[in-house]
Amino acid sequence: MSAKNQRIAVAKTYKIYIGGKFPRTESGRYFALEDKKGNVIANVCRGSRKDFRNAVVAARKAQSGWATASAYLRGQVLYRIAEMLEGRREQFVTELVLQGATQRAAEKEIDQSIDRLIYFAGWTDKYQQIFSAVNPVSSSHFNFSVLEPTGVVSMLAPEDSSLLGLISNIAPAIAGGNSCIVLASESKPLCAISFAEVLHASDVPGGVVNILTGFRAELTEYFASHMDVNAVIYCDGGKAVARTVQVLAAENIKRVIARNRLDWDSDAENPYLIRDTQEVKTTWHPIGS
Amino acid sequence: MATPENKLAFDGGWEYDPAPESTDHINVAKRYGLFINGEFVSPENGRYFDTINPATEEKLSRVADASEADVDKAVRAAREAYRTTWGRMKAAERGKYIFRIARIMQERAREFSVIESLDGGKPIRESRDVDIPLAAAHFFYYAGWADKLEYAFPGRTAKSLGVAGQIIPWNFPLLMASWKIAPALACGNTVVLKPAETTPLTALKLAEVIADAGLPPGVVNIVTGAGKAGAAIVEHPDVDKVAFTGSTNVGRGIQKALAGSNKKYTLELGGKAANIVFADAAIDQAVEGIVNGIFFNQGHVCCAGSRLLVQESVADEVIEKLKDRMETLIVGDPLDKNTDIGAINSRMQLEKIQSYLKVGKAEGAEMHQSSCRVPKSGYWCRPTIFTGVSQSNRVVQEEIFGPVLAIQTFRRYDEALIKANNTPYGLSGGIWTDKGSKIFKMTQNIRAGVVWANTFNKFDPTSPFGGYKESGVGREGGLHGLDAYVKLGA
Repeated sequence: MSAKNQRIAVAKTYKIYIGGKFPRTESGRYFALEDKKGNVIANVCRGSRKDFRNAVVAARKAQSGWATASAYLRGQVLYRIAEMLEGRREQFVTELVLQGATQRAAEKEIDQSIDRLIYFAGWTDKYQQIFSAVNPVSSSHFNFSVLEPTGVVSMLAPEDSSLLGLISNIAPAIAGGNSCIVLASESKPLCAISFAEVLHASDVPGGVVNILTGFRAELTEYFASHMDVNAVIYCDGGKAVARTVQVLAAENIKRVIARNRLDWDSDAENPYLIRDTQEVKTTWHPIGS
Repeated sequence: MATPENKLAFDGGWEYDPAPESTDHINVAKRYGLFINGEFVSPENGRYFDTINPATEEKLSRVADASEADVDKAVRAAREAYRTTWGRMKAAERGKYIFRIARIMQERAREFSVIESLDGGKPIRESRDVDIPLAAAHFFYYAGWADKLEYAFPGRTAKSLGVAGQIIPWNFPLLMASWKIAPALACGNTVVLKPAETTPLTALKLAEVIADAGLPPGVVNIVTGAGKAGAAIVEHPDVDKVAFTGSTNVGRGIQKALAGSNKKYTLELGGKAANIVFADAAIDQAVEGIVNGIFFNQGHVCCAGSRLLVQESVADEVIEKLKDRMETLIVGDPLDKNTDIGAINSRMQLEKIQSYLKVGKAEGAEMHQSSCRVPKSGYWCRPTIFTGVSQSNRVVQEEIFGPVLAIQTFRRYDEALIKANNTPYGLSGGIWTDKGSKIFKMTQNIRAGVVWANTFNKFDPTSPFGGYKESGVGREGGLHGLDAYVKLGA
């Protein structure tokens, strides 16, 4: 083809996702993502503490509205995410391959990711019935226990399973009415940002899911220590990470959820993942005798 | 006779005669060792400390001061029992042992009540009608779960954890011991429990019950001591689970100490519950609820209704009625059946409460106390309310753990919610209104683990208890309380 007729592809700028918007990191920093041959695929935002704090503000603001949306609506929104992801299937396959997956593995991962969203979409109006209770107290009171979302959840997503693992953490948290701030896989961040674009097109209210890219070693402490975060989930952290996260999380008695060595293919479809970021509330009222 | 100070005149102008519960039927040894591997043994270092009656400051007994070596011995006994007997026993048989504990506690309830009141200072009416019956009921409830765990966790198998290390507070000594021990045993774990320093006696009596029930040695071990013994339990490498009830500060320290270990933990920490009274509430009942919320057990209750939020239009009426009702409260001998408010648990706690009274006044709040007499010896605090407080006052934000109520007003329900939720705690809350929709609006939006509507401070073995936010992690009681003592497999 002659140079005259060659069309230059338009490369995407990968930005972070905070409060339903796609800003660049406020820090102005980046890191270059390279393919196996050493070619630069993208300059990825190297998110900062300030980005994280902005994301927490957005997540907090969005959380109560999302929690009070009906279970049916949350289910439909999760289903809608799956619909949007299905439509962009090829893009995700391309990105997964670009980040080192084989074509076959990439296709499997996107298919499972879509199905996982459907799976949790179906749980939104059911987990409550599985885990709540009417308690037969001895006194003349009506007493019942229901689940309520823990609140704002920070997540350090799995490093290897950059799409399926990411979705397997986000979906149960938001199915249960939480909002979240997620740090994407450091070495494979592309799908996370493209997934943010999917979320953006799926009626997920801004701020319910916030996705940052950057260095895990730098940002872990902020994800664990922020005083307005109610729970922290970390995936595949070693002993040192477990220690750091739990020590910092203790400052405001955060719930700490470790998802180590989880097989994202087979271990991540159950309602206990939803329950991880739920609180049990028990209510009493006299019934007379 | 009604007087300006005593408008309700419950006593009809008569003095109540003393009506003390007898103590001749109880059996407290002069000295207690540590209950390890089924028997009472001397502590390695030979050290003991006094446990006193906070109402008289007289010594009741001496109890062992466990060292790290003693805790290690207890953990090893628990591990051995887990490995050889308890962990292998048929679940139904395990359950039968726990049923036995419940039955023996019921049989010895009166003795337990008296000792609880002697050692901790709580009114006999409460230890007799609340603490001891609930403690026995807890064992009875969880006993039945032992062979039914497969139904508690749909799609999962529940397995025991191993050795549970448990540290409990002094406000409900026997009840907290049963909250911890009963579910742990039902799920197949063995236990090392440390009662609070100031209230060890009923846990030691429980050790007798456990021995009488014939539990294999080492299944339950009870080590008395101070914070150091607690730390030794938390840090012991062979403990699989830590359960703690106490202050948020200590809980935070425990969560940090456990960092990087694979120990499971539950924390039941402090609270600063708002009791919210709307203008349309049944006011007299609400006043009873306020009194029960803050003066029950001298206010030594993590879920106490220590903040009153009262709708502005009825604030004067509610506060006046509350003051009248406070005048009728009898502060004094915990063993007297007429006593409403017993002794403050310890000198240390009394000093803490008194320092908060100073803080409250220094912050500009107005303090009112009932005019009742209090005994000369022992530790006492008259029922106290603060009015004119603001949200940032320390008496509004911090847990006092005494009979001290901070009163604020509100106009709209959303103002009440914002104020109710504006503390780091989230253990409990109360709502008083005659309108059903308002109850649900409020109970759904209070960020707390237990919410009482038109009632307060009710407890039951079937009812999960535990906090949001800095009030803790996990639940105790009910089906949900099992979760703390199992690991779930596919």
